[in-house]
Amino acid sequence: MALLETTDLHVRFELFEGMSHVLNGVNLKVERGERVAVVGESGCGKSLTARAVLGLLRHTNAQIDGSVRFDGSELLSLSERGWRSIRGRRIGMIFQDPTAALNPTFTVGDQLFKVIIRGGRARTKRRAREIAREALRHTAIADPDRVLNAYPFQLSGGLAQRVLITMALVNEPELVLADEPGSALDVTVQEQTLRLMRALGDELGAAVLIITHNLGVVREFAQRVYVMYAGSIVEEADVDTLFHAPRHPYTRALLEAVPRLTGEMLPQPIEGVVPDYTAAPVGCRFHPRCPHAQPACQEPPPVVDLGGGHRVACVLPEAAP
Amino acid sequence: MGVAGFILRRSAAAIVVLVGLSILIFVVARIIPGDPARMALGSVATPEQVEKLRNRLHLDESLPIQYWEFIKGLARGDLGESLVTRRSVSLDLIDTFPATLELVLAAGLIMVLVGVPLGIIAARYRDTAVDNVARLFALLGVVTPSFVWAVFLMLLLSFVLGLLPVAGRLSEAFDPPPMVSGMYTLDALIAGQWRAFWDAIQHLILPALALALAGMGQAARLTRTNMAEVYGRQYIEMARAFAFREHEIALKYALRPAMIPTLTILGLDFAVMLGNAFLVEAVFVWPGMAKYGVFAILRKDLNAIVGTVLVIGAMFLIVNIIVDMLTAYINPQIRLGRRVA
Repeated sequence: MALLETTDLHVRFELFEGMSHVLNGVNLKVERGERVAVVGESGCGKSLTARAVLGLLRHTNAQIDGSVRFDGSELLSLSERGWRSIRGRRIGMIFQDPTAALNPTFTVGDQLFKVIIRGGRARTKRRAREIAREALRHTAIADPDRVLNAYPFQLSGGLAQRVLITMALVNEPELVLADEPGSALDVTVQEQTLRLMRALGDELGAAVLIITHNLGVVREFAQRVYVMYAGSIVEEADVDTLFHAPRHPYTRALLEAVPRLTGEMLPQPIEGVVPDYTAAPVGCRFHPRCPHAQPACQEPPPVVDLGGGHRVACVLPEAAP
Repeated sequence: MGVAGFILRRSAAAIVVLVGLSILIFVVARIIPGDPARMALGSVATPEQVEKLRNRLHLDESLPIQYWEFIKGLARGDLGESLVTRRSVSLDLIDTFPATLELVLAAGLIMVLVGVPLGIIAARYRDTAVDNVARLFALLGVVTPSFVWAVFLMLLLSFVLGLLPVAGRLSEAFDPPPMVSGMYTLDALIAGQWRAFWDAIQHLILPALALALAGMGQAARLTRTNMAEVYGRQYIEMARAFAFREHEIALKYALRPAMIPTLTILGLDFAVMLGNAFLVEAVFVWPGMAKYGVFAILRKDLNAIVGTVLVIGAMFLIVNIIVDMLTAYINPQIRLGRRVA
């Protein structure tokens, strides 16, 4: 049994312009202890998937269909009370921008203690402080008390990012959702963030679902990867296979769009933009931008299993280079 | 920067503002048409009598000389004589200002204690029936002038239901309590006169409510708007991702950031009530300073105009300093203003 499994997950928003059908049947799986990446352009529904998994869309007007199973039980039908035993305890989340994810009017300590207490690790603030100190030291913060007594705006971006990682991991969750961790910060801090997440994740045996638009991050961090386009998974494979034998035209285009230091090939940007979700293309959502599009692409694409966990949603999976 | 330093600096700035205000109001009061001495003495007075009064008031001097005379008087706590009451303006203000302050403080209390929670509830249950009722209520408060509320509340609660006294500050059965602050409720409390205290409270409720309703609606709308803005922030989503309770998010993690912009406007609304109290004071026969000030303007009672405006100006500045201190308290970025790591 997979730790996390979404099946045919649809998310729609009712907008003034009409129904916006963003997630269009997302299927993904994360096994225990596994590091999985979801990669795609901005606006393709990656972050939305993470929010749907954690039930954060119930505070919006989103209509959600399908199934999200965590450790065998369905999350979408959970009550607010039921979420309490999941959020922050069994699933931790790392947000993208540490300066926006911390409340500016409360100290780091106040927020971290609350995370620990709500996570059931401590009953008193005093005990929470002990746990917090230990956890911050663990993320290579030399002077935990200074950080705990500081307000978020007094921390550097890297330090704030480590606080977010600490919050996500302090209650020893089985799964960590990481939404573009560190991408709001400079490259060296992002690098540190990934290394730290990997080390701490391994230590806890936690699975990590990382969401990114950066293929470099995928290669460095993940074992398995899902490529997402316009609210659908178009290809899944282990990292080596994806980089060496990509089969979906979108995956190939994505790889060709990456600038390289060596070789004569200039990066090739993908023509066009992610579609408007109130009028998304019928069938394969990539076909209007696809160089190999044909009439059959107007139908929902078949998912072809190429073996070894490599699946691709395309009518022309043989069109590999 | 310590709290004492902050207050000292702000008070110094406030004094500069007050001097500027005094010059402005002093000049404006004198250049508007009409001869104050003639208005005070009436049409039967002889030109000689008028000239004598003009002389006594230094009205025949140049403006700078007049201002210098005014400042010399002010240094002794003397704001000059009122042409209408024929009493010292300082004494008139000491009599009327506490009544207005009591009214405005009570109204401010209602504005904050009812308006802000109403806004929190509306934001917490955004776009539900609860929100709509709260918003309708707030809108009614904002769009209806305070004197309409005053008449309506007086008719309903005093005449029809007979629950509360119609007008005045105290029933005739009571003597005003020994003066300490000049506010009857507070003074009765200090003197331990419980029945007088209760009577004063009953007299205070209607005018305070009439004066407060507009500000209350404004406070509710403002709080709701700012809370709704904060609810869209990532740190609220983050709080939910870590299973913080919704009521705790509303009353703590969303409220504090939302109060930073709200407080500033509330402070201004509160200070504005000092001037707006006039109509409510007129309806409820409340012997307050707002009414005194308006009559001073109508009769061109020079010294009374200047005195009243200076007191209201000083109140504005004091309220502003208090609001800035509160804002600094809830906004660490103002309080600390530096990086440590």
